[in-house]
Order: sequence, then C-alpha cells, then structure tokens
Amino acid sequence: MADFDLVKDGARQMTICNACRYCEGYCAVFPAMELRRTFTKGDLVYLANLCFDCRACYYACQYAPPHEFAVNVPKLMSELRADTYREFTWPGMLSGLFKRNALAVSAITASSMIIILGLVLALKGSAVLLGTHVGEGAFYRVVPFVAMTVPPSLIMLYGFVVFIVGAVRFRRETRGPISDLVDGSALWRAMKDAFGLAYMKGGGAGCNYPGESFSRSRMWHHHLVFYGFLLDLAATSIAAFYHHFLDWHAPYPYLSAPVVLGTLGGIGLIVGTLGLLYLKWKSDRAPADSTMRSLDIAFLVMLFLTSSTGLALLALRETPAMGTLLVIHLGVVAGLFITAPYGKFAHVVYRYAALVRYAIEQRRIESPDHQN
Amino acid sequence: MADFKHPFDVLVAGGGNAGLCAAISARRAGARVLVLESAIKDFRGGNSRHTRDIRYMHRGATEFVTGAYEEEEFWQDLRGVTGGATNERLARLTIRDSETLGDWMAANGVRWQKPLRGTLHLARSNLFMLGGGKAMMNAYYDTAAKLGVEIDYETEVQELKVRDGEFISAVAVRGGAARAIEAKTIVVASGGFEANISWLKEYWGEAAENFIIRGTKNNQGVLLKELLKHGAKPEGDPRGCHAVALDARAPKFDGGIVTRLDSVPFGIVVNKEVKRFYDEGEDFWPKRYAIWGKLIAEQPDQIAYSIVDADALPRFMPSVFPPLEAGSIAKLASTLEIDPRALVAVVDEFNRSVRAGKYDPGSLDDCHTEGLTPPKSHWAKSIDRPPYYGYPLRPGITFTYLGVTVDEQARVIMQNDQPAKNIFAAGEMMAGNILGRGYLAGFGLTIGSVFGRIAGREAARHGGF
Repeated sequence: MADFDLVKDGARQMTICNACRYCEGYCAVFPAMELRRTFTKGDLVYLANLCFDCRACYYACQYAPPHEFAVNVPKLMSELRADTYREFTWPGMLSGLFKRNALAVSAITASSMIIILGLVLALKGSAVLLGTHVGEGAFYRVVPFVAMTVPPSLIMLYGFVVFIVGAVRFRRETRGPISDLVDGSALWRAMKDAFGLAYMKGGGAGCNYPGESFSRSRMWHHHLVFYGFLLDLAATSIAAFYHHFLDWHAPYPYLSAPVVLGTLGGIGLIVGTLGLLYLKWKSDRAPADSTMRSLDIAFLVMLFLTSSTGLALLALRETPAMGTLLVIHLGVVAGLFITAPYGKFAHVVYRYAALVRYAIEQRRIESPDHQN
Repeated sequence: MADFKHPFDVLVAGGGNAGLCAAISARRAGARVLVLESAIKDFRGGNSRHTRDIRYMHRGATEFVTGAYEEEEFWQDLRGVTGGATNERLARLTIRDSETLGDWMAANGVRWQKPLRGTLHLARSNLFMLGGGKAMMNAYYDTAAKLGVEIDYETEVQELKVRDGEFISAVAVRGGAARAIEAKTIVVASGGFEANISWLKEYWGEAAENFIIRGTKNNQGVLLKELLKHGAKPEGDPRGCHAVALDARAPKFDGGIVTRLDSVPFGIVVNKEVKRFYDEGEDFWPKRYAIWGKLIAEQPDQIAYSIVDADALPRFMPSVFPPLEAGSIAKLASTLEIDPRALVAVVDEFNRSVRAGKYDPGSLDDCHTEGLTPPKSHWAKSIDRPPYYGYPLRPGITFTYLGVTVDEQARVIMQNDQPAKNIFAAGEMMAGNILGRGYLAGFGLTIGSVFGRIAGREAARHGGF
C-alpha cells in the first residue's frame, strides 16, 4: 500500500497544478492531469510514471518551496515511482530490496562472484583459472557453456515474469482496460516517445538538469546508455545465433558482429553511465527523492561495471587474466540481472505502460467526436 | 555581491519583468548595470512570476498565435476597457513597439507554447510563455547574468537622493545594513503599492485589512512614494486597484492564479447578512470577475459566499480549495457560519423566481429571474440538487493604478511638467499612464516590456552609451 500521506499530498499538489496549468507545455504529465478533477492513488501512479524527472516544472513553479503551497512535482513523482516499484513487484516479500537497494545489489553481486569463483576453483582448479586460453571455446574451458547460458536464461525468465506481474498490477491500479495491451497504434506511439526520450526535452530546450539551466546532456547520456544496452543485447543475441545455428563458438574475432556491436555498446554504456553519474552528483537535491536516487546510482554503477568488465575481458582475453576477468564479469552480469526486477530497471516497464495509456487517452480527446 | 567602488551607469531598482528588460537593454548598449531585487532569489521577479501570457501586436498567424492582431484593433480594445483613461500617444507607442516583443523575448531566452486549454479566447492576441512568468523571469535573469549585469537579491532601495529633478544616489538596505549607491541614471521598476495595507487603508479604510494580495508582498510602493515626494507628477486614480473575487482561504500574499474562483455565475452569492447584492449572471465571468472584487470589498467584513448545487459544480474550472459541502442548504449555512434560516429563505425565493429557459453557459442565455432584486439575468437555475457547495469569497488585489507620469522616453515627468534628467520608470510604476482603468489580459507585461526596454536604452544613452 502506497504511503497514505504521500497519496494525500499528491492529490493536494495536483489540485494546485490543475488550477494553474502553466506547465502543460513541458511534458505528458500535465495534459494527462487536466483530464482529471480528483486524483486517486491510481491516477497518481499513472502520472508519476509519465514523469521523466526533467524538472522544468519545478524551476518554473511559482508555488515551489519556500512558497507555502510547497509544490515540488519532480520530487513527489519520484517518491510515487519508488512506491510503485515496491508495491507492484512480486513476490511482495522481496519489495524490501528497493529500500536498501545499494546494499542488496552489492551483496548479491559479490555473492554471485564468490559462488562462480568457488565453482570454478572446485571444478576446474586454479591452474585453469589462471591459465592462458586461446582459440575457439576458450571461455568455456574456464566456465562451461551450460553454466554460462542456462542460469542466466533462468534469471532473465524470472525477471520477465516479475515484470509481467508488475505491468498487470500497474494496469489494474490505473484502471486501464485490458485492450490497452493490444492497442497497436498506442504501443507504437509510446515506443516512439520512449525511444526518442520525448519527455526529456522539457518542451524543447531540454531538462533543467543537473541544475537550473536547460540542458540536453542528460538526454544524450541516457541515449548512450539505452542504445548501448540494446547494442550489447544485440551482440549477445547474434553470438547465441552463431553458437546454436552456425556452430561457431566464442571468442569471436575482433571484427565480427558480436565483438563490434558489443564494443560499441560497451563504450556507449561506459560514457553514458559515467555521464549520468556525474550529472547526478552535480544535480540539485531539492527536486529529488533520496530513495530514487539510490536506485539510480546502484543501477548506473552496475551497468558501468558490466560494460567495463566486459571490455576489459575483451582486451585481455588472450592473457592469463582472462579467467579471473571472466569470473568477475559473469558475477557482475549475474548481479545486474538478478537484481533487475528489484531496482531501477523497473522504470522501463512502468514508464512504457504509462506512455501507452497516455497515447490512448490523448487519441481519445484528439478525435473529432470528443466533447470537452 | 556587486562591486560598489565605481559608480554604475544604470541602477535598476526592482527585478521584475520591466526591471530585467531595462537591465538587459542597457547592458546590451554597453552600460554597467546593477539590478537590486528586494526578494530572495526564489521569489525574484515580483508579480511577473505569476503571469503567463503577453499581448502583442502582430500582422498574421504564427506557430503560437492563431491570427493577426493589428494596431487599430489593439487600440480599440484598450480604449474599450479603459473607457478613455489612457494617454493615446503612449498607448500607441506601446502597441507599435510591442510588435518586436515576440522576437526580442525569444532572443533573450523566453520560450513560447501554444495557448493553454481553457484560454483559447486569447489564442489570437496573446503569446503564452512556456512554463509561465517564473520561467520567463528565470530566462531573463540567466540572460542578464551572462551579459554581465550585476544582480543583488534581498536588497531594497529605500531612499532616493534627488536634486532639481536629477538623481544623485540611492540608499539600499540589505540585511539591515544601509549603503549609498551611486549611478549615472536610475530606472525605477519596483511595482505598485498593493501589498502596503496601511497605504491601501488611506483609501479603503479598515476594509483593506481583509484584502488578499494576489502577488508579491514586496510591492510596498516605497519608491513610488519616494518619487512622488521628490516632485514626480502622479498619474492614475490613487484609490484604483484591480480587484477580483478570490477564494477567501487563499494565502494573504502570492497566491497567484490558482486562488481565483469561477463559481459565481453558476449559483448565487450572498454576503455575511445572507443578502444577495449583485446580479451574478450579468455577463460572462471573464468580463465580470474584476468588478466582483470591489463589490465584495463593499460588503460587511469584506466577505461573501458563493452557493452552488451538485448540478453546477462540474461546470466550472476546478479550484485549489475544495468547496464546503453539505446535504442541505441549512447545513451548508451552518458550515459557512451564516444564518441557516436566512439562507434557506434566500435560496427558496431565488428558486421561485427562476424562469427556466434554454440553459447555455456558452451564451447569454434566457434563464433569468423575475421579480427578484437584484435580478440574475442569465444562467438562473434552481439550486435544488444536493449536495450543496459553498465557497467563501474575498477581494483579491492584483495591482494598483497609481503611478508616476512618464514621456515617450520613459523619463519621469515632474510637477513642473519637465522630465527628470536621469530618472526613468517602467512597469506597474507607470502603467497607469496607459491603462488608467480596467484590464486587458496580458497587457501589464506588454507595458512593462516595452517601457522596460525604452527605459534601459534611454538610461544607457544618458549614461553616454
């Protein structure tokens, strides 16, 4: 159950915004708000996940603190989002992982690394771990192929199930009809908004991030992270295709598709995550929520570690460091994916669900037979 | 903090729209400029931070306005609302000069958006700032700082040293410490005096205690009084103020746009003695809301109550404070702390006199009362569907009209009808020259921007640039 006081304060702030409406040109939150007069918890959850934390409304707000109305929409929305992630996750008993996220992520990653290291040492011995391996199947001499593919697949499947549960719970809470899930044009419009980060543009000039002046640096760095991640996903998928269908096993040559895409993606992730971490460090704390901040930092650090250990592994794969780096890399990847459902990764699911809902609502009021 | 060792070319007193337009213009001309803003940084910008759109002359539609709004129409609109209380020369200058405002503002960082929903009647004549007035002020402060304008917050100019119409220096107070500031010229852009309750009392008596001030509490009129003391020629009705009906629960200062209430034409309004006192359906609300402030100011204890029923509630814009609600008229009266039997009688009498017609909030419809004093001329509909809702109303002051007389170069005119040598005024300080009565949406910003630019340019010129 989302914090009662938070919902109450959310309704209070949205009532003020709805009587003002000066910010409606900035993003999707305000046009969506204007279709409502009262704000239930479901409405607030929906609006919160439409918010991309661009902060333009905070700096433009005549009622922001120290005004007695104390309107601070980005902070409110961040708090509501953090609540959404906790409340809609499955199983409920793991929702505490969101609260102490940095600790949970570090502990799980470290444990994964230790387990993998322990298994390698127990099953293969330190000579294998510290040896030099070259040629086809080099990685699998340290960590067998089955061990490197089956547990990750199960972990990803598990994460997928958790997110499906979350999406269903989100839809139920925001009272969206089930037909939302198969509305092609809305899914497409939401996809365009998501891939273009339409709402990190703050109405055109960019976000008020990290500070008061407008900047697009957050958007570009986020693009680097997102597309870097997709490139790495593509690299892994192509590698899997090579392995299963062409019977061609890793390591692949430097100019092969998996390595080129993986390297580009890795560089994107490194630059993007470092950039976002730097911006976060510099950013104004007033419109921020500390829980969301720690989720952000934990996730960015994990993405950075995944990509940097991956690139280090690539660079040193023909040296005796390969075994150790492989263990470290796999440990980090395991930590990233095990904790994905219980960290910032969740934003992908709820933001997209909110954008779909928005696309449907806006189409309805833009249609000629709509009576305002 | 600014460096006071060398005299400034231009001192700008007041960091609202007019002050920043003056500072940017003067700085662009090459002058060394100091802006003194009495508010803390978060509340900088005076009443400009509560604005959202600006009226300007233009010859055709653009991405942000739907059609042309040319000089003659603009002038006729202004003449209409002021009933002739305007200086045509200055008014036409303002209108013509406003043509370049859209581009000038954009070049100084202001961003536009399509008109807000619910304000489409302004879609042709007015430009809407993305994010509203505070976003506009943020852009101006950002631009000014980049240009090298020096800005001190929490610093109030309290005294002016003036000799024979010539500004010598100013006394500015910051954190209790006073210091003299020398400058070749001064632009006074420190607004009206609407937040100075004791000054308002000179004209309104004790009633002024119950006024709500919609904008900044910093508009104390200190420099207006100072200029008048030094012999500036006053302009505008001293008693005149733009007063609207507001939710009585609004904060005393700085409530801005959200405390307005649009419920009046959808029901009846009674005073503390439970008597109706004016025709709630005389005309469309945007044309009447500004007379209701004065009407309420004339009632006992300056309070009134808007009463509507469940049928009316969804017909007007949501307001920031929820209405008081009750299952019966008598209970609603108790909640509002007025006489229940009297309210039941007033509502019964009103309902009996309603002559139902074709109800249409979008036109001056034929739903009216018969045999009722005062009548309700339009949108008269029985108040009979529970639950019933009540909003307490108070007069809300937007701005005052009294200012100083200026000429086309924004120079302050003295009692001898000669312009002061190096004293310029812009914004609410002199808006009464052009808008002596009434109001035109978005026109306060127009006057402030046009005269701010002129004052900045002329002050810089006087300073040798």
